[in-house]
Amino acid sequence: MKLNASFNRSLWVYHFNSGSCNGCEIEIVAAITPRYDPERFGIKLVGSPRHADVMLVTGPVVHKMKDRLLRVYAQMADPKLVMCIGTCGISGGVFYDSYNLEGPVDEVIPVDVYIPGCPPRPEAIIHGVVKALQKLERIQGGEQ
Amino acid sequence: MTLLGIATMGMWCILLSLFALAGGLFLLGVDRKLAAHMQARIGPPIRQPFIDVAKLLQKENIVPANAIPCLFHLAPVIALVSSIVVLFYLPVGSILPVLGVYGDLVLVMYLLAVPALAMVAGGFASGSPYATVGAQREMVTMIAYEFPLAIVVIGVAWRLGAAGLPLPFTLGTIAANPIWTLVGPVGFIGALLLLLVLAVVTPAELSRIPFDTQEAETELAGGLLVEYSGRNLAMFYLAQGVKTLVFAAVIIAIFFPWNLSGLLAMPPWLAWPADLLFFLVKSILVLFFAVTLVRVGMARFRINQVVSLYWVYLSVIGFLGLILLMADASLVTLGVVGA
Repeated sequence: MKLNASFNRSLWVYHFNSGSCNGCEIEIVAAITPRYDPERFGIKLVGSPRHADVMLVTGPVVHKMKDRLLRVYAQMADPKLVMCIGTCGISGGVFYDSYNLEGPVDEVIPVDVYIPGCPPRPEAIIHGVVKALQKLERIQGGEQ
Repeated sequence: MTLLGIATMGMWCILLSLFALAGGLFLLGVDRKLAAHMQARIGPPIRQPFIDVAKLLQKENIVPANAIPCLFHLAPVIALVSSIVVLFYLPVGSILPVLGVYGDLVLVMYLLAVPALAMVAGGFASGSPYATVGAQREMVTMIAYEFPLAIVVIGVAWRLGAAGLPLPFTLGTIAANPIWTLVGPVGFIGALLLLLVLAVVTPAELSRIPFDTQEAETELAGGLLVEYSGRNLAMFYLAQGVKTLVFAAVIIAIFFPWNLSGLLAMPPWLAWPADLLFFLVKSILVLFFAVTLVRVGMARFRINQVVSLYWVYLSVIGFLGLILLMADASLVTLGVVGA
């Protein structure tokens, strides 16, 4: 896949809640406030997965959401990245042995960047975006 | 027409198309930067829309299973091409309308509806309920703002005709005779009202807040454009930029047609680029007040509010302006006030 540098400077983000407690959502909203202003780097929230380059997944993927998550992931146009935000999505968090979990996220869809925290601070989310950009640059450099 | 004439015209059209694409994206970038500064942010670089288009062009172009592929692919092309074509009938700086001989302001009004219709066709062809709702809303919005827009066009052209100018609907005539210099004090107020109406029509024409009910990111997830990705979305993005430039050019041609070379003495080789720059400055000013300031300061209207706003309030204001212009024309004819 041929990627050029424009991709790094224009990441459009779609947010998917797979059963989160809303704590991570609040931190995501905090990360797009004027104080952090990610639009400086071309990062923009979009409403449709078709427009998105990055999907932010929060929550531990409950039973009902597994099918939806797969379908939304399939709707995104290639090349695409997935960022898993919050401890729930990484390990299940406090819900780790619940009867209702299909997760964690990386058992359902491939995840590129993990951002731990319950919830992660906005700085952590922005650091995760930087990690995602580094991964993109590695892909552009020809590594897999 | 000779072969050479056709070739010259074709070359001008290609140059203008390139200018429309680059200038449109530049205006979108300026809009985003200004909006960011008003929200106490730093905002994206002005070349951000260029980067966005470059990115969209390298993404996958998905056609949904429910879509009608030919219409789905045709809609963005028509939207982009038709919005570029409008610019051929408009004066840009001191460049006279390239195809001005073949069409006037009425044609421009019709052509301005084509990109919106293409978007409606694309929305219905996407086969998504969100896009269908968006397409219906786009049609309603279009029906709502066409009437006030027509009042403005008719009003200005009628006043030019009443002043005894031949061919008042041609853009050459309109641009050469600014409405403000023809009217008396009563007509001046009328023209101001018409300018206000045109300024309020602008955000709806460009589907920006507060009249972006058809795209409505937060409720319709992008509305008309919800299923578009990759190259097709890039074309809609470009069409949005070109439409922005075109509508600024319409407002400038009708109400602010002055050129720098007409105001200051300058050598001919300088006049052309200076007028072009002056045109861009005028577009930024017009768009700042008509689009950026409004979209930062307001929330979105509901679709029924959009209709009543245009059909009731703005039509009344437009008619008032029209009546004032007519009164002005008869006052000038009777010799009560001088023009």
